[in-house]
Amino acid sequence: MRGGQGAAEARVLQFTNCRILRGGKLLREDLWVRGGRILDPEKLFFEERRVADERRDCGGRILAPGFIDVQINGGFGVDFSQATEDVGSGVALVARRILSHGVTSFCPTLVTSPPEVYHKVVPQIPVKSGGPHGAGVLGLHLEGPFISREKRGAHPEAHLRSFEANAFQDLLATYGPLDNVRIVTLAPELGHSHEVIRELTTRGICVSLGHSVADLRAAEDAVWSGATFITHLFNAMLPFHHRDPGIVGLLTSDRLPAGRCIFYGMIADGTHTNPAALRIAHRAHPQGLVLVTDAIPALGLGNGRHTLGQQEVEVDGLTAYVAGTKTLSGSIAPMDVCVRHFLQATGCSVESALEAASLHPAQLLGLEKSKGTLDFGADAGEGASQGYWAAWPYL
Amino acid sequence: MKLIILDHYSQASEWAAKYIRNRIIQFNPGPEKYFTLGLPTGAFLDGEGAVDRSGESRQQGPGSTPLGCYKKLIEYYKNGDLSFKYVKTFNMDEYVGLPRDHPESYHSFMWNNFFKHIDIHPENTHILDGNAVDLQAECDAFEEKIKAAGGIELFVGGIGPDGHIAFNEPGSSLVSRTRVKTLAMDTILANARFFDGELTKVPTMALTVGVGTVMDAREVMILITGAHKAFALYKAIEEGVNHMWTVSAFQQHPRTVFVCDEDATLELKVKTVKYFKGLMLVHNKLVDPLYSIKEKET
Repeated sequence: MRGGQGAAEARVLQFTNCRILRGGKLLREDLWVRGGRILDPEKLFFEERRVADERRDCGGRILAPGFIDVQINGGFGVDFSQATEDVGSGVALVARRILSHGVTSFCPTLVTSPPEVYHKVVPQIPVKSGGPHGAGVLGLHLEGPFISREKRGAHPEAHLRSFEANAFQDLLATYGPLDNVRIVTLAPELGHSHEVIRELTTRGICVSLGHSVADLRAAEDAVWSGATFITHLFNAMLPFHHRDPGIVGLLTSDRLPAGRCIFYGMIADGTHTNPAALRIAHRAHPQGLVLVTDAIPALGLGNGRHTLGQQEVEVDGLTAYVAGTKTLSGSIAPMDVCVRHFLQATGCSVESALEAASLHPAQLLGLEKSKGTLDFGADAGEGASQGYWAAWPYL
Repeated sequence: MKLIILDHYSQASEWAAKYIRNRIIQFNPGPEKYFTLGLPTGAFLDGEGAVDRSGESRQQGPGSTPLGCYKKLIEYYKNGDLSFKYVKTFNMDEYVGLPRDHPESYHSFMWNNFFKHIDIHPENTHILDGNAVDLQAECDAFEEKIKAAGGIELFVGGIGPDGHIAFNEPGSSLVSRTRVKTLAMDTILANARFFDGELTKVPTMALTVGVGTVMDAREVMILITGAHKAFALYKAIEEGVNHMWTVSAFQQHPRTVFVCDEDATLELKVKTVKYFKGLMLVHNKLVDPLYSIKEKET
């Protein structure tokens, strides 16, 4: 139930005995919800002269905004980059399972794939509101194929592409219609990338820099053209060098458009980024840090060996290896574990850790009025869904 | 009058809260018989530990605000000893032209520091609307609401350094009713710091209950704490009834209680203070035994 006549009649739910994240602080305040939105209780009291219809005691827990995961390749055996007939049920399964990890909105991510895969899969994953059934889909994150050969990481070399003369048409031909797309990761050093970045930005698609050998200058120019995000900082890019910090240098660049905040994804699973590196990034630019899982299909499958498509993967706790080797096969730490690890590794406040997984991704996508926050008017839902979630007491 | 003298602000606040608690419980309110309570608002200028919308605590130094009293009342509710289910409240005043959700409005003050913490039903609270289209009609309607509720059982108020009650500044008629008042320049200047120091942003008018309105209450309790209120207290109780010190009107009310701390008595005659301190044994019987609704349930 959203807005209109119906909302005024909807039940008013009051969460008591809790601490809520609001305005960057954890406050001892009740949280009021009605009709899928966070409600202003003072307005309810003085204007409508109403009390809550139902009260729920939160036992002193923290009520945090739902986490937003902008980079997740699959999970629970589901691979978003696989062109099956029923992509929808795979997405729904992941959407349902990540709720218990506090994620209420996400961007299913597709790695570098041939055009046929995009044409088949992309139309099957529309933007969708979340609810008790599962986290909401905010739009797809297309990571590749317009990335650097040298920094492709685990992406298949055969399907990498660069832009032809008609750069944006080329992109459209590769991906198909962009209606369901929210984020595109590309390497800005590719020819014609700037017109592509500008075109994507005009269409409201977030452009992210990643899997690239761009130097700092090229990265800054890309930001001027409209790029606003960095895909998994440190990974798949030139390492920080004191005479040319590369993409990492964007965190402290003074050559960015005024008032623009550059956001950067970090995988804080304790494995993919050394805690010291995590701390350097966080201390340099805390406002831009966005926690992502970059989770692979092995997420949530438990310890042991699993077959995922063409790969054999061995899961041991929070790490996944290519079976029989010590090569990392991707991330499998769920978002709430990433938040806890981030908190512990950086020594930051609980508020900062929670914001890195909720407010910051919401700001990246321009959704901070309705998501990633417990401000009045923001989205909310019944129980652990849409806009809020009760965290464990020992957070 | 009863003059109750406690050592410090916190004890005065507690005594006042206990008194209110006992009065409500002994009245035994119910669905057919509400306890009508007149309430003051915290002047942030004198405030001590007031809280605003963002949860920030506003430490302004000691003063004669009802804040300590509200805190104790909230505590009694949280302990299950007191309920506001059958209490109707009428606040004394509100600024004109200030948005209701402005952090400095009296609506905001009452919500953040009292109403949101207790079990009072919103329909039983009444605060003047400073944004009403017809201000005088709003004031008249307020008087009607008080009448309809059966009059006020206990009106709790504070006193300004100039001896005013609510916004009845010096010179206000002692038989005045609820009306629009223009604020004195002193008040506007003092308030400026809560409006980013911009004088143009400070409200210049307020709606206030009249001296006569408060006099109509069956009982009146005035909280006065701090040395800066001492002269006003002296004028109010040791000098004559005078519209320049409007609190003096209560000398002609049959049931008035003044609750003070030591500092507020600094301008009184030693004789007065000794006399009333001597009566504390008797007056303390009003708050001891302290009643609880828990007993009523058993």
